[in-house]
Amino acid sequence: MGGYFSDIFYGSKSLLIGMSITFREFFKPTVTVQYPYQTLKMSARFRGHIELIADEDGKPKCVACGMCQRACPSGCISLESVSVDIEVDGKVKKKKVLSKYDLDFTKCSLCGQCVENCNFGALEFSKEYNLASTRKEDFHFNLLKRLEERNA
Amino acid sequence: MSAPIQLRPDETFLLNVGPQHPATHGVLRVKMQMDGEYIVKAETVLGYVHRMHEKMGENRTYAQYLPNLSRLDYLGALGYTHGHVLAIERAAGIEVPERAEYIRAITVELNRVASHLFWFGAFVMDLGGFSPLMYAIQDREHILDMLEAVTGARLTYCYYRFGGLYNDVDDDFIEAAKRFIPRMRKSLKKYDALVSGNIIFQKRLEGIAPVSAEMCRKYGATGPVARGSGINFDVRKNEPYSVYPEFDFDVPVYHECDSLARYKVRMDEMEQSLRIIEQGLEKLPDGPIMVEKKPKTIKLPVGDYYQAVETARGSFGIRIVSDGDKNAYRLKLRSPTYSNMHLFDEACEGMLIMDALAFMGSLDLVIPEIDR
Repeated sequence: MGGYFSDIFYGSKSLLIGMSITFREFFKPTVTVQYPYQTLKMSARFRGHIELIADEDGKPKCVACGMCQRACPSGCISLESVSVDIEVDGKVKKKKVLSKYDLDFTKCSLCGQCVENCNFGALEFSKEYNLASTRKEDFHFNLLKRLEERNA
Repeated sequence: MSAPIQLRPDETFLLNVGPQHPATHGVLRVKMQMDGEYIVKAETVLGYVHRMHEKMGENRTYAQYLPNLSRLDYLGALGYTHGHVLAIERAAGIEVPERAEYIRAITVELNRVASHLFWFGAFVMDLGGFSPLMYAIQDREHILDMLEAVTGARLTYCYYRFGGLYNDVDDDFIEAAKRFIPRMRKSLKKYDALVSGNIIFQKRLEGIAPVSAEMCRKYGATGPVARGSGINFDVRKNEPYSVYPEFDFDVPVYHECDSLARYKVRMDEMEQSLRIIEQGLEKLPDGPIMVEKKPKTIKLPVGDYYQAVETARGSFGIRIVSDGDKNAYRLKLRSPTYSNMHLFDEACEGMLIMDALAFMGSLDLVIPEIDR
């Protein structure tokens, strides 16, 4: 019988201790961010989807070597290039120019292998995270077009 | 609980828990044959989130397999990636700079605390208390913010590389981690007063779901589940890897074998992890974070390699059989929760259903890691 009453005493004491803690939490400042009215700034190393980097002329730095395509674990990058004649010091030379750079973001696992494997520093992570959509096509990015839009 | 169970096979019924049920923490299905509120026989059904991670390891190069490891256990992902890079580095004979190993140990321990915090919140919520989850998530948020600033991701990290790290930690991270330790210690005291001392909590866990050391060995249970049953086994101590021999920390072991013991082990482990982080930040040497000659493509010599690491849930092992090619011939992942979970079938025979669900919470199951 003694155990019964000590249980009641100990039990109510433990409940009061617990309640005093939760009561004190009432007066602590709110830490919740009221998204979408408030947003957070992404950290400098945040890995979003990839973007092409432009050079001084606004053309992509990419030389279409295809290292990112080969490094990608999920095969979500597909790029194409065309050969164009350009004049350098009066001589006509052939140069590979990027004509298509598509990212299938539905497959991407954001590992960053493409950025790491790029020898020309032509890729970066975007800070974009508001990407929710109900249509699959919204996640097929044409990165060349996005670059042009950013330049304009 | 100790009342004799009268088995009446003609009056039993089948109860399905899951696969979509909040108490199972994921898509785990448990078929329970019930006699009233008592479980006669339970059978766990797996495979709802099977994603062929082992097979992917055979088709991808070693570097391409890096992001997969963090998809196994989304609460303590860094421990799993650590095991993978350690296995490859040992097989290929890559010497990792000391600074890189220290940073790995610090981030793994931070991740372990984050994982245990989430488990703590979810476990108490299983028992009917909601506020501790909110407090635990608030503390966990600090860790995730720190790790995001360093690794660029909050949950599915891809931070370690063969021979080092993706990028170095900055002073901000070190400052934030130093600030975090005393704050977390204060929180642990709060949790102790709020939850561990609570009479309802104690009565629901004390002496419930005894898992003997014998049963742990039979099923290969590791981690806090085994340590709550009196088995003093921690891979960090028993098969030291990385820079763990440099740290002074204890392995909490309880001999009560009940759900409360497993709870206590994890709460004590958080304090030990904080000690490791503290020492790691103090000893953190300067220097490179990547080997000088970074290997371009990794080809392992022909052979059979195994590396075990202590993750938040127990001993995680990765076995790689190489035939000298760019990808593994066979890759086997030994996940701790898979073994821990199989205790459930045997241990919960004759148990009340509410005790069984509390017991399942104390096992700390992460289903994607079981199914792989």
